[in-house]
Amino acid sequence: MVPTEEKDALREFAASLKSVPTRVLETAFRTGTPNTDRSRSTFVFGNVFLHLHSVRTHRWSLRWTTTMGLGIMSVSAFLIALVTGVLLMFYYKPYPEAAYQSIKDIHFVVPTGRLIRNLHRWSANIMVIAVILHMARAFYTAAYRRPREYNWLIGIGLLVVTLGLSFTGYLLPWDQLAYWAITIGANIAQSPREVTDALNLTDYFDPGGMQRLLLLGSDQVGAEALIRFHLLHVMILPLAIAALMGVHFWRIRKDGGMVRPADADALLTARPAESVTPVFNEAPVKTYQLAAIVRGRSAAVGRGQENTVPSMPHLFYAELGVLMVTLLACLALSLYSDAPLKELANPSIPENPAKAPWYFLGLQEMVSFSAFMGGVGIPAIVLIGLALIPYLDRETEGTGKWFGGPGGWPLVRFSALLGLGVPIILEAAVIRFGWLREWFPHIPQLIITAINPGTILTLIYALFSMWCIRRYQSTRAGALALFTCFLAGFIVLTIIGTYFRGPNWVFYWSPSDWPKH
Amino acid sequence: MTTTPAASRSRLDPEPVPRRDWLGLSSLWAAAGALLFGVTGMLKLPKAAVLASPSKKFKVTLPESLAAGEAFVPPGRAVAIYKDAQGVYAVSSICTHLGCVVKPNAEGFECPCHGSRFAANGEVTKGPAPRPLPWLKVTVAGGAITVDEATTVPQGTKVA
Repeated sequence: MVPTEEKDALREFAASLKSVPTRVLETAFRTGTPNTDRSRSTFVFGNVFLHLHSVRTHRWSLRWTTTMGLGIMSVSAFLIALVTGVLLMFYYKPYPEAAYQSIKDIHFVVPTGRLIRNLHRWSANIMVIAVILHMARAFYTAAYRRPREYNWLIGIGLLVVTLGLSFTGYLLPWDQLAYWAITIGANIAQSPREVTDALNLTDYFDPGGMQRLLLLGSDQVGAEALIRFHLLHVMILPLAIAALMGVHFWRIRKDGGMVRPADADALLTARPAESVTPVFNEAPVKTYQLAAIVRGRSAAVGRGQENTVPSMPHLFYAELGVLMVTLLACLALSLYSDAPLKELANPSIPENPAKAPWYFLGLQEMVSFSAFMGGVGIPAIVLIGLALIPYLDRETEGTGKWFGGPGGWPLVRFSALLGLGVPIILEAAVIRFGWLREWFPHIPQLIITAINPGTILTLIYALFSMWCIRRYQSTRAGALALFTCFLAGFIVLTIIGTYFRGPNWVFYWSPSDWPKH
Repeated sequence: MTTTPAASRSRLDPEPVPRRDWLGLSSLWAAAGALLFGVTGMLKLPKAAVLASPSKKFKVTLPESLAAGEAFVPPGRAVAIYKDAQGVYAVSSICTHLGCVVKPNAEGFECPCHGSRFAANGEVTKGPAPRPLPWLKVTVAGGAITVDEATTVPQGTKVA
C-alpha cells in the first residue's frame, strides 16, 4: 500500500510541475482566458491597470477620426521617455562639467547610450506635439463640454507640466545651448521686474526676482540651478504628471467615455457580422449587468449595450497599435538624427543665436518685443483663455463633430488664414521698419510693454473672436475663431523663430546667409 | 448630560448639540492649519539664504595700450572697463532684457540673444531691452582698480 501511495503522490507532483506554466498564466488572468463577453469584462475590471478603462467601448470611440489616437500617443511617448530617462540616470551626474562629461560618455562610450539618449529626446518632442494636437482634437470636437469641463482643465495642467518637463530637461547636458536657453528662461521668470521697475516698486514687491531665485537657487545659472532642474525633471514633475494623468484617464471613464454626437448610433453603419472577427467572437450572449453608475447621457444602463464592443480586445489592441507606431516613429527619428551636444557651457560668451527648444521659439520671438508680455503676460492670457472655454461655451450644437458648432469648417478655414496672415504682415512690418524704441529712443518702457507686436496680435485675434460671437450669435463660434487664430499664430512665430532668426536675432532668409564668425 | 428621551428621537436625528460635528470640524481645521503651516515652512527651504556665487568685487589691471573709449573685458567677467581723460569707468555687459552677455563694438554694445543695441554710455538704441546698461562702482587706489559688480553708480561717473 505504502509504495503505491508514494508513487501516486510523485505522479501528482510531476503533473503539477508540468502544468506550472499553464497554471501561472491562468492565475495571472484571475478569471480565466478572456474569450467570452463575461471573462473579457472580468479581465478588465479585475485588473488594477486595465480597470481605468470601461469594460465595453462604444464603436464611435474606436473610429479613427474620433481621437486619431493622439491621447494614447502622448502617453506612449511619455512611457518611452520614462524608460529611457531611467536608463540615462545610470550614468548622468547632475554637476556642472561632470554633467557635460557624463552626457558625452553616454553619447560616445556607453553601449546603446546614443540610441537611448536620442530616443529620450525624440519621445519628448513627440510628446509635446502629440499633447498639443490632442488638445486641438478635444477642442475642435467640442469634447470639453458638459460633463467633461473639469477634464479639460486637467488637460491644460498636463500641457503645462509637459512643457515644464521639456524645459527642465533642456539644461541637463550643460552645453552652450542648454546654458543660454536656461539663462533666458530664468530671466523670463524674472521679467515681471520689467513692470515693477517701471513703477519703481521692485525694492518692495519683486515677484520676478523671487521666481528667478527659487528656480536657480542663486543669482546665476550654476551648480545650484542644475541640481534644481534635475530634481524637477526626474522627480517633482514626473510625479505631478503621473498624478494628473491618473485623474485625466479616470475622468474619461467617469464622464461617459469619448465624446460622441447625439446621433452617433444612427451615423454608425450596421454592426459587422460576427464572422468578420472570428477570434474575438461575441458569444455567448450577455450574461451580466454593468452596475456602475456613470454620469451623462451615454450610460448604457437601461438602454442595453447597443453599439458597444468589449474593450478587451478591441480597444486595447488599438491602443497597443498606437504605442507601437509611436515607438517606431521615435526609433526611426533616433536613427536618423542625433540629439545635439554643443561645447561645454561658457558663462561669459553666449551662444549666438541662443535658441530655446523649438516649441518655445514662438515665445522667444514674442520675448524679443517685450520680455514680460511675451514670456509671462500673453502665455498667461492664453492659458486662462483656454481654461475658461468650457465654462463660457455652454452650447450643445456640434458636440462630438469635427469643427462642430456655428460657423463650422468655413469659419475655421477663414480664421486659419487670418491667424496666419496677421502675424506675417506684423512681423514683416517690424523687421522692415523697427518698433517704438527705434523711433522714439526715450519712450517709457511701460508703453512698449503694453503696445508691442505681441499684444497687438493678441488684440486683433480677440477682436476678431468678439466679432464672430456677434456675427454667429454663438460663443462656440468665437472660441473656434480664437483657438484657430492662436494655433496659427503659434505656428507662424515658431517658424520665424526657428528658421528666419540668425545671430543677434536678426532676420535672415536662410542660415546660409548668417555672417561667419 | 441631559439628552432628550430616546423615544422622541430617531437614530437618524441624534443629538441637538452636534458634539461629533464639533470634533470633526475642529480636527479638519487643525489639519488644514497644520498643512498650511507645513507648506509655508517647506517653501522657505528652497529660498537660499546665502547665494553660492563668486565675489562680485574684483581687481583688475588695465593694459597700457588701452585707447580712450576702447573696452577692456576682464576674462570671465561681464563688465566692460574704459579709460579716458576724465578717468576710469565700468559698464555692465549683462543685457537688461534677458541676461545674455552683450558684446562691445565700435558704436556701443550688441546683444546676441534678442538683438538689443546699446550706445557706448549704455542707453538702449534698439531692441527689447527695458533699461540702459548700468554703470558699476569703480575705486582706484594707487594704480589698483577695483570693480564692484553689485553696486551701480549714476551714468557718467568716472573715477580719476
